[in-house]
Parts: sequence; structure tokens; C-alpha cells
Amino acid sequence: MKSLLKFITCGSVDDGKSTLIGHMLYEAKLLFADQERALELDSRLGSRGGKIDYSLLLDGLIAEREQGITIDVAFRYFTTDHRSFIVADTPGHEEYTRNMAVGASFADLAVILVDATKGIITQTKRHTRICALMGIKHLVLAVNKMDLVGFDTKKFDEIKKEFSRLTTEFRFESIQVIPVSATEGDNITKKSPNTPWYEGLALLPYLEGVDVHSNDDVKPFMMPIQRVCRPDHTFRGFQGQIEAGSIAVGDELTTLPSREKAKVKRIFVTDQDRNSAHAGQPVTIQLDREVDVSRGCVFTKDNQLQEADSFSATILWMDDSVLTPGKDVLVKVGTKVLPGTVTKINHKIDINTGNTITADHVVKNEVAKCEFSLSDGIVFDTFEKNKSIGGFILIDRVTNMTSACGVIIEALQSTDNADRIDMEITRDVRAQQKGQQPLTLWLTGSVADNSAVAKEIEKRLVARGYHTMLIDNSLGESVRQIAGYATLLNNAGLIALVLPGTTNGNDQAIAQEIIGQAFLPIDIAVNSKSIEEAANAAVKMVVKALIQV
Amino acid sequence: MDKLMLDSIDETTHLDQLEAEAIYIIREVAAESENPVMLYSIGKDSSVMLHLALKAFYPEKPPFAFMHIDTTWKFKEMIEFRDRKAKEFGINMIVHSNQEGIEQGINPFDHGSAYTDIMKTQALKQGLDKYGFTAAFGGGRRDEEKSRAKERIFSFRNKNHAWDPKNQRPEMWKLYNTRINKGESIRVFPISNWTEKDIWQYIRRENIDIVPLYFAKERPVVNRDGQIIMADDERMKLEPGEKIEMMRMRFRTLGCYPLTGGAESNADTLDAIIEETLGAVSSERTTRVIDQEEAGSMERRKREGYF
Repeated sequence: MKSLLKFITCGSVDDGKSTLIGHMLYEAKLLFADQERALELDSRLGSRGGKIDYSLLLDGLIAEREQGITIDVAFRYFTTDHRSFIVADTPGHEEYTRNMAVGASFADLAVILVDATKGIITQTKRHTRICALMGIKHLVLAVNKMDLVGFDTKKFDEIKKEFSRLTTEFRFESIQVIPVSATEGDNITKKSPNTPWYEGLALLPYLEGVDVHSNDDVKPFMMPIQRVCRPDHTFRGFQGQIEAGSIAVGDELTTLPSREKAKVKRIFVTDQDRNSAHAGQPVTIQLDREVDVSRGCVFTKDNQLQEADSFSATILWMDDSVLTPGKDVLVKVGTKVLPGTVTKINHKIDINTGNTITADHVVKNEVAKCEFSLSDGIVFDTFEKNKSIGGFILIDRVTNMTSACGVIIEALQSTDNADRIDMEITRDVRAQQKGQQPLTLWLTGSVADNSAVAKEIEKRLVARGYHTMLIDNSLGESVRQIAGYATLLNNAGLIALVLPGTTNGNDQAIAQEIIGQAFLPIDIAVNSKSIEEAANAAVKMVVKALIQV
Repeated sequence: MDKLMLDSIDETTHLDQLEAEAIYIIREVAAESENPVMLYSIGKDSSVMLHLALKAFYPEKPPFAFMHIDTTWKFKEMIEFRDRKAKEFGINMIVHSNQEGIEQGINPFDHGSAYTDIMKTQALKQGLDKYGFTAAFGGGRRDEEKSRAKERIFSFRNKNHAWDPKNQRPEMWKLYNTRINKGESIRVFPISNWTEKDIWQYIRRENIDIVPLYFAKERPVVNRDGQIIMADDERMKLEPGEKIEMMRMRFRTLGCYPLTGGAESNADTLDAIIEETLGAVSSERTTRVIDQEEAGSMERRKREGYF
């Protein structure tokens, strides 16, 4: 039976990436007749003057057809006599780095395109770096548009040499450089007579033969637990996919993090009773004794996995929000999800050059080295050794978006939670932890019941998820004292609501000076028909102020 | 042990890889999602999905319900098959129809695309809302249609069940994010990466029972705008000039009988079907009438909450 090759294509619109895949499918006769017909029809309206525009096969979304670019990842499936393929076609622009990372995380091999007329450019470097970061071990550099440089061997060799300089810093297992023309079909499915100097295979035959087999089978046994299977009180089995090595009935394994030993009593590979199972198989394992194991735990056999509640990692930030230290997130490693905090941003990494850049925040599509602390210990391995428990995603606790992906570099020395946070706890950190911007609402004006209005405002803010504190100056303390309390609350990351009590003309200016930027004066007498109306108007101002901050 | 191990490694094929991926996904959802459901359309892809769910949890039964959105215009043999399978496997099969649509007499002959919206899309939303499902497994495959090719395996839907293709959650490695806020849901497509051919090969390998309509047989049909439509019951309305003829034919996809075109065929065994599929001259969805309305029609439907 045939094996499956998952690969990704990277390059920009102008490199002819969609055209390359389209042409491969077309020439290898891998299209259905109706798709072929639709392609020929579509092409009549296209930019190639009636010649077939192969890229139309892949750019599926309406927006993409309108803009003529590939925005998201498109998956395509084809089978030749030798292999089944899944190809992820991804966008090349820098603002779509995260989409490319999605494709790369899925693939075993990457076909990176360069335009022969331009050579290795910044984005080639970016694509190579993302592929390496996401764990791809095998590369093909397709030097496209060779027809436009007259199939010049010197030009090709220059590009090849520069690419090998670029890739030395990464640990790729195989790299093949192939001269092609996606529009004309040179070296796509068969060797081109235009490149007699090229000794390797054409692209498709190369992909059919390339060995991307990992050595997961021969590593020590490891399986993260997905769920406990308990059909009735007589059976308790642990379900998961074996990520490394193999296991047989009678073998002794270790449970992590509980570190108990137990022997394998029975193995089901899906619904089949088997004597053994290996990496890649979904299994249910029954043990000979009771163990303290639930979802997120890991089974191993003489495997040196690590356990820690803080680690350093390289991440790709994919969210529209800005990452700053103190950010609370959910971390998913293997089958374990835990609350955690980004305790430190060590530095950013220029995705184009690999240079490190000092940074106190990270924005979308940027790569950074960060430190994390988790609410509890996790079992993990370095990404290099075990992708399945060395990679992780970060989930935003409010929006639930997958905000980042990362690979674990190493565990950090730690004893307990309090000792290990390697950063200064500032007002910003405390505010970030609460997911808000500190403010002091200085509530002036006189209505029937100022205190009731203030309480109503606070209620509404809490209902919206803000953290607040109300100071009602009923004891008549000085404005300086009250402003001092408010600043303290702001430093704690809170939104302070202040009823300053009897004041004279200059008080507001004094308060503003002490409280600074967080100061927000609100005259509750302006909309004072009812308590609700006054509170609503005030909350509107607060929300507006928070957005502007 | 070593010999045993080598034997089983040699057996690993692309079907094993696809099966493992699907089972991993189904288990993740069962473990993380509060109230999942598996949508069951009775077609071959659903038969594969049900089979995968049974395998994923063995010796336990799938820890979630199945739901069929019944437009009331399905082939009779499909409904019989559904009820027989639910009984055979002892699974909880919920059947939901849009009662308002039935009362208004909405049908595929008179109401065109409004029919699909009311009896399929709206009915699906109703069913999901009624039981408060947080995740719904579907048998969609990326090779079926261009917009599906870009959809994530875990496809996030807002409170109105709408899909936003420009704001999809990044899906990294096997780390699926199942978290949602109240009212939101996720559609999960465990067989996203399977092709039609994979489905057929898997059905043969696993000996999966499918609705007999997939096999060639003499059936009463009408030729309508180039589509071969089966007259499955007396509700079939004939256009002037049309007449019912007997034809040896089969279906490559199943849905509502007035909207599902079949093809003349002699393939009455799985092997014959696979041979026919491997040498297929048209891709699967050309026999589904709704896709041909306009370019991008499926993407538009999905944004509105169609599966």
C-alpha cells in the first residue's frame, strides 16, 4: 500500500505557487474531467489570454478570487501510482505568516519557491525560518521562472549556493534544489530538455520518492492520555495515540506525573485486541493495577521526559492583541490544558534575518523567546525530540482565540510559584493580569443620591468583567489623601470609583495631578433623570476611555 | 515481540494514517467539549464517521448522541437504513425536522434554494440550539468543494452558527482548541483529509454497511436538465414532457431525492464502485444540484450556517 506525503508550498503570489501545484495536477492527469473543463472555461476570462491559468484551481475563496491572492491555507489531495499526497497551499505575504505556520505545522516537507529572476529574497528567508520553527525536516527549493533567465545554469547555481548558506543554521534532514518553470511545465512531472545540466529528478517524481519517515517507531514508548474509557465498572482503559516507540502486553510502563509503575494487561488498537502496538496507532490500554491517571497524563517506558511548571519557549504570536509580560493564557501541551502566565519576553527574533531584538511587547506575526509559568507541572519533552509534547498553543482566556503557537526550549529552574517569576511586578503587570487598564473615575456633581449612582456604576462595570473598588469619602478626608488611595488602587491594576465628598474649586486639578493619566472626571449631574440613566452615561464614558487607552 | 511489531509497521498505510487522525480528533472533542453530537446524514461519509466513532471509544459506546436533520424528502431506503443502524449499534439517534417548514408545505419542487435554507440550514440550527450542543461532528471533506478546502478541522461558529472564513482559528499540529463562549459552537470535521477514493477503500477494508442506493439497480428515474432524478415516492412532480423510465443506475452521493442526481451504472459491488470512482470522469459534487447555482455558492451557504 502507498504512504501519505503531507507537504506545503511557500512563496508569494508572483512566484507562481498556485500555478506550480495546478500545473502538477493538470499534467499528471489528476483532475476530474469537470474540474478540467471548469478550469479551461475560467481561463478564458483570465489574465493569460486564453492559455490555461493553473492557479485558478487552487484559489478557492471569493475574496481571494477578487484580490487575486491566496489568503488562507487551501488543502488539495491527489494520488499517483506511487504515493498519496496532501498539499497545503499557503499565502506568502508577511501579514499571513500565521496562515503559513498553520500549513507548515501540518506538513512533513516544504516546497519553497523562488523567482529565478530575483533569487533568494527576504521572504525566502522568512519561509525557511517558519518551516524550521514548525518542525519541518525536508525542503525542496523550486527555482521557478527558469524560462525567463534562459535556463541559465550559472544563475541557478548562485541561488542554490545562497540557499545552502541560509539553511546551515537549521537542522534540515534533506534539501533538494530543482530548476522549474511552473507556467511552461519544465521539470514539473518530467525532466526538461531545457535543463540538461540538472542531474536530479523533476519535482513530482522527487516528491513520490522522498523519504520523510521519522524515527518515531524506534524511540522509547510515549503516549499522552486523551481520555479514560470506562464502559462499566469492570473495565478501565486509557485511550490515546502512541506518539513514540511501541508497547506490548506484559511490558511495564511508568505513569507521569504520578510516577507509578504498572504492567500492560491488554491492548486494543481501535477495536482490535492485539499483543502490541506502535507509534501512530490509536489504542486503548488496560493496566494490571489501579493508577492515578487522567486526561493529560503521559505513559512512558524508560523515557527521560521532563516535568516542570515553568519553561522557556520560542513562540509565534498570532493574535491581533499585543502580548506583554503578565499576560494570562491557557497553555495546551499534548492533551493537557493549563492556566499559565507569560512571565517574561526575553527578546524578539527577526523572522527575516534571525537577529534578536530587545522587546517588551510582541505583535501579530512576530516570533519571540518568552518564559512561561504554569499553575501546575506538565510533562513535556523538547520539540526537537518529541513534537507531540514539545509544541504548544496559547489560548486567550477571554476571546478563546488560539493566540500563539510555540516550541519548548527548556525547563526553567524553579522551586515554587512565588520564587520563579523573573520580572518586576509593576502596575502594568498587575493590570494586564486583570485584563484591563487602570482608571480613576472622579465622580463629581450633585444628585439626590450620589452614593447610589456610584454603586450602580460599579455594578455595571463588574458585570462587564472589570475589577473595581469604590471609595466613598464620607469621613471628609483631604483631596490629597483620597487621590493617594485612588493611585494605590490604580497601581493594583484596579478601576477606582471615587466620590470625593465636599470639594472646593481647586480640588479636581490637585487630584488630576496626583492620579495622572488614569484620571477620568465624570459629572454625574449631567444625566441625572434617574440613577440608571446617570450610571449608563458614566459607563459609556468609561468604556470609551478604555478603548482610547 | 519484535516480529509482531514489524508485521504491524509494515501494514501502516495512508488509510491507517487517516483513520488514526480521525479517531484522535473524535476523542479530543469527546474529552474536551461539554455536549458534542455527531451529525448523521445517512450517506457513505456518515457511515464511515459512525464506524470511526464506534472504533474510537471501543469497548465503550460513543459517549455522545447522533442527530439526523430530516428534511422529510430523503430516500425511503435512507430512513430505513438509519433506523436499522441506530438499533443495531444501540446509539442515541435524534431526528429533527423543521416543523414550521413542514406546516408551510416547503418542498424542493416549488421552493428551490429557499427549501435548502429552511429544511436543511434552519433545521440544523434549530436542532443544535434545541439541545444546546457545543460541538457537532460533520462528515465534510476538503476535496468536495473549494471553500471546504480552506476550512479548518475545528470550524468555529458564532451564536448565529455563522462561519467567518477570514477569521479562522489557527490550527497547529494536533493541538485543537475546543474552547467557546456560551451560545457559540464548533463544527468538527474529522475526515477533512479524506478523499472520495479513501472513503470507498476504507468502506471495503472495514466492511462497512452502506445504503443500498449506492449500488447499481433498476430504478424509476426522470431525466431533468441533464440530471437523473429518482422518483422515490408519489410526491415526485413531473414537468410537462417528462416521463418516468426504468434505468440501471446508482448514486454517488445521497441527499433529498428530488435534488440528488444519480448516474447510469452497472457497478453493483464495492469493487465495481471503486473501479468506477478511480476512473471517474466527474468529481462527486456535480451530482448535487445546489453547487451549480453559482460560483462560490457553497461558501455563501457556509457563512450562513450550512454545514
